[in-house]
Amino acid sequence: MTIELKDIKKIYQVGTQQVAALNGIDLNIKKGEFAALMGPSGSGKSTLMNILGCLDRPTEGSYKLDGAEVAHLGDDELAKTRNKKIGFVFQNFNLLSRISALENVALPLVYAGVGYKERHERAHYFLRAVGLDDRAEHQPNELSGGQRQRVAIARALVNDPSIIMADEPTGNLDTKSTREIMNIFMDLHEQGKTVILVTHEPEIAECASRQLLVRDGKITKDVGKGVKMDVV
Amino acid sequence: MLFRESVIIAIKALFANKMRSILTMLGIIIGVGAVIAMVSVGMGVRKQVQDSIASLGSNMLIVTAGAPRVNGVRQAAGSGEKLKLDDADAIKKKIKNIDYVAPNVQKSYQVVNGNQNWNTTVYGITSEYMMIRSLTVKSGSFITTNDMNTRNRVAVIGATVASNLFGESNPVGKNIRINNDPYKVIGVLASKGQSSMGQDQDDCVLIPITTAMERLMALTSIRTINIQVSSADKIDMVQEQVETLLRQRHRIKKPADDDFEVRNLTSIMETMTNTTTMITLLLGSIAAISLLVGGIGIMNIMMVSVTERTREIGIRKALGATFKDIMLQFLIESIVVSVIGGVIGIGVGCGAAMAISQVGSFTTVITIEPILLSFLFSVGIGLFFGIYPARKAAKLDPIEALRYE
Repeated sequence: MTIELKDIKKIYQVGTQQVAALNGIDLNIKKGEFAALMGPSGSGKSTLMNILGCLDRPTEGSYKLDGAEVAHLGDDELAKTRNKKIGFVFQNFNLLSRISALENVALPLVYAGVGYKERHERAHYFLRAVGLDDRAEHQPNELSGGQRQRVAIARALVNDPSIIMADEPTGNLDTKSTREIMNIFMDLHEQGKTVILVTHEPEIAECASRQLLVRDGKITKDVGKGVKMDVV
Repeated sequence: MLFRESVIIAIKALFANKMRSILTMLGIIIGVGAVIAMVSVGMGVRKQVQDSIASLGSNMLIVTAGAPRVNGVRQAAGSGEKLKLDDADAIKKKIKNIDYVAPNVQKSYQVVNGNQNWNTTVYGITSEYMMIRSLTVKSGSFITTNDMNTRNRVAVIGATVASNLFGESNPVGKNIRINNDPYKVIGVLASKGQSSMGQDQDDCVLIPITTAMERLMALTSIRTINIQVSSADKIDMVQEQVETLLRQRHRIKKPADDDFEVRNLTSIMETMTNTTTMITLLLGSIAAISLLVGGIGIMNIMMVSVTERTREIGIRKALGATFKDIMLQFLIESIVVSVIGGVIGIGVGCGAAMAISQVGSFTTVITIEPILLSFLFSVGIGLFFGIYPARKAAKLDPIEALRYE
């Protein structure tokens, strides 16, 4: 089991009121699954994604990633966990604009302490995998939206993470690029990668093998492998 | 993260914002440059003062005849009549570590050439006086041992005396009258100008000491003996030996007062050096304030840079940068600014110091200490003023930072 969430709660203090963004989430995601996380805005979807991506800590509950408890780690341990186990793909790409595509891809390896030569070899390898090795020396602003997202995917893959977290990865893309990007995710799924996709578009979610619906801080629907089951 | 990577990232970030980086560095460049230039001016003043004291005679001991007591009333210093020419010879023969011994007598006279006259001081001197006072002869020759032995009526005159008595024409070979006796001018001294004490050093007439004592002033004793010691650290030792020797020669037993006095120029030198050190410190610390202002400039720019790059910080954190990684990145950036600024500042400071000595009539002395000190100080400033912005960057919450537009 790659991800095991048990009774995850996230409570924000707003003035004197306590607001629960997540209200007891139980979720298991196996290795190699392709899960789509859906839900309207304000549902707690983003909070859940932040916790899954080790960017945030739950107020209560347990989160085991690859069998290790990560729910209540310190900032630096969380940073190291993100570096080793999670590859991020964001809606607005979040590439560093002043460095080349290659250096962007290699960036997680810098923080992993990998030497220059190996970094560049691995970055080249993954750029080739997303079909952009000929654009390695270009800066992000010289690339199209679809190309930028492919660079971001290469960056997410470069340190061989346990899960790929994609937050609305096609939100800023045209239909053609969206198809390209989704094909890459499906390929990754076929290669056995664990992918978690956050989206609000049902047709994008259809590409995943499992659909999760978050509403009012709870998972209200969990449709997986063609088997529908209502949790409520 | 590897240290090398941090430096590369920092340098790239600086290059990305060239104009801003240059302006930030300018603060440090001006600061370091000002410190170096100001201190070198201060050191120049100090050297000038030291040189002018040294031109009075470096490592000098001055023996003067004492002030005798006549019925309990002390007479003027140097008016005693116990110091003889033989004493000078004895000092020269018996005491080591002495370069020159120059006894002299002096008195004011009216000096006449034709219808021109001039009141000046006539010095009876030996040939060694030239070395000890670092005099040079502009034209003609100086007084020789032979002139002393034969009590020749010859004179070497200072530039002021020459211009007042002879105007534009060359005095060498002509006669002047001192106390109605004719003296042949054999040389004119090169001008030394005012002394640091405001005395005109060119207003003098030099004649052989034997001529002065026996033919002009009718003296049996001399007024002062100037002694040049071979090196500054031997001054105290030689001074003691001179005192002992003179006491022996004058047959003075312990409790009795000496009939002479031996003084050295080190105390004047020390006072002057202290004063000029204060000036240097003052100039340096004023300049150091501009270095501090430069440091605040770095801090200001780093703060802006952190805010501006919030998103970048968020991305780096999401990809696994720890507190230390981000802290190091920004800290190195501010240190790189201050180091580059410091190095350029050293160049500017040295250049300014040289320009000041070229253009102005100032001597400037560039020493290694202010260069090292202001460079280290600028690195320290980069470090100190970089810490706060770097901490601010490193403490950013990655979620907030990623959301930042």
